[in-house]
Amino acid sequence: MRRIIVALVTAVVGCGVALAVRAHAFLDHASPAVGSSVPTAPSVVTLWFTQDLEPAFSSVTVTNEAGQRVDLGNAQIPSGSPAQLLIALKPLPPGTYLVSWHVVSVDTHPTEGTFTFEVGRG
Amino acid sequence: MNPIWPGAVVVAAVTLLSATSPALAHGWAGERFFPATILTDDPFVADEISLPQVSLQPPAPDASQLTNIEIDLSKRITPSTGIVIGDEWQRLRAPGVSSVGGLGPLRTMGQYQLFIDGPHQALGLLGLNVTWGHTGRAAVGAPNFTTLSPTFDFGKGFGDIPRSLTFLRPFAITGNLGFDFPTQATTAGVPNPNNFSYGFAFEYSFPYLECCVKDIGLRPPFNQLILLVEVAFTTSISRAPANQTTGTIQPGIIWAGPYFQIGAEAIIPANRLTGHGYGGVVQLHFYLDDIFPRSIGRPISEWW
Repeated sequence: MRRIIVALVTAVVGCGVALAVRAHAFLDHASPAVGSSVPTAPSVVTLWFTQDLEPAFSSVTVTNEAGQRVDLGNAQIPSGSPAQLLIALKPLPPGTYLVSWHVVSVDTHPTEGTFTFEVGRG
Repeated sequence: MNPIWPGAVVVAAVTLLSATSPALAHGWAGERFFPATILTDDPFVADEISLPQVSLQPPAPDASQLTNIEIDLSKRITPSTGIVIGDEWQRLRAPGVSSVGGLGPLRTMGQYQLFIDGPHQALGLLGLNVTWGHTGRAAVGAPNFTTLSPTFDFGKGFGDIPRSLTFLRPFAITGNLGFDFPTQATTAGVPNPNNFSYGFAFEYSFPYLECCVKDIGLRPPFNQLILLVEVAFTTSISRAPANQTTGTIQPGIIWAGPYFQIGAEAIIPANRLTGHGYGGVVQLHFYLDDIFPRSIGRPISEWW
């Protein structure tokens, strides 16, 4: 029985490795950091994911406490950094800001998330 | 134009759309990832396989002890329907008696994803479990009758509570409510009771804490850990004396990676009727939809 289980596990893992698999894109980290307080307003929000992203289906927005967009609407995946998503910001007054992202990894798995950061209150 | 071309174009278009449309995911409701739990059923259809799950049950009241090596395969038929097939090899040891081993009963489950509410991180699933009679070795307890078990499985993440409650938002709960209806009232004069089964998994997700609440600086493997306590109980509701409740409490931990997860839990009997002492369970669980995203990891309805 043990041999059968070892063989099955090896087969599944082997198949996975052989296919150069990819998976859901989790947010690895962000700048400004998730839930952080920063003393000065950032000019850009950058997100790093655990998988490469599909540009056509990946986006991020930043809104203030009133729900108004404070980003410049130019979300992009930098060339050479396919697991990174960034967007430029308008000048931000002190306050709390909500980052909302929705991405699709290159293997078509969608994931989404939100987090806040604070400016000038840290 | 050759008559084969229109068909080929349609097939190509469908294939292209199928390959580029976002795939539905396993264990997700909005921004909440629900891992596959060990004791309680998952509230989502999935393409996953537990290979294997190994457990040493706590000693029963009669001091017998069971070791299980279990395999479970979950497969989506369509994006909202699925099946689960499982079986286990069991070894039963009892004082003064030679140990016996053999297959347990075959288990199958038909599933329908009732709802997925992303903003509220909620999931609901209807299922019909069938434990098939005459499919395992009687000496290790496999029944000679089939049991039908309709269930409702649910999941709820608490990420939608006020953001000021920072460190409560990574909590989530999943659970099962179901009934067991044996298709045979008695076996050798011993009643086969109808049961009410219920179980819950209380989870605290470090992945959710890190991605959506507050980056406290955890890095792999710690930012991929989910702490949990699972409980499950079965209460006889007919053909048995009242208060015949058995169950276990299982605190543990799950590490969830991109392609598989590893879980381990202690098994603590909830009462003397269940057993005494301690047991344990470990599980290696693969996400087939992540390993094979363009082939067998997709719902069968999207294979063509």
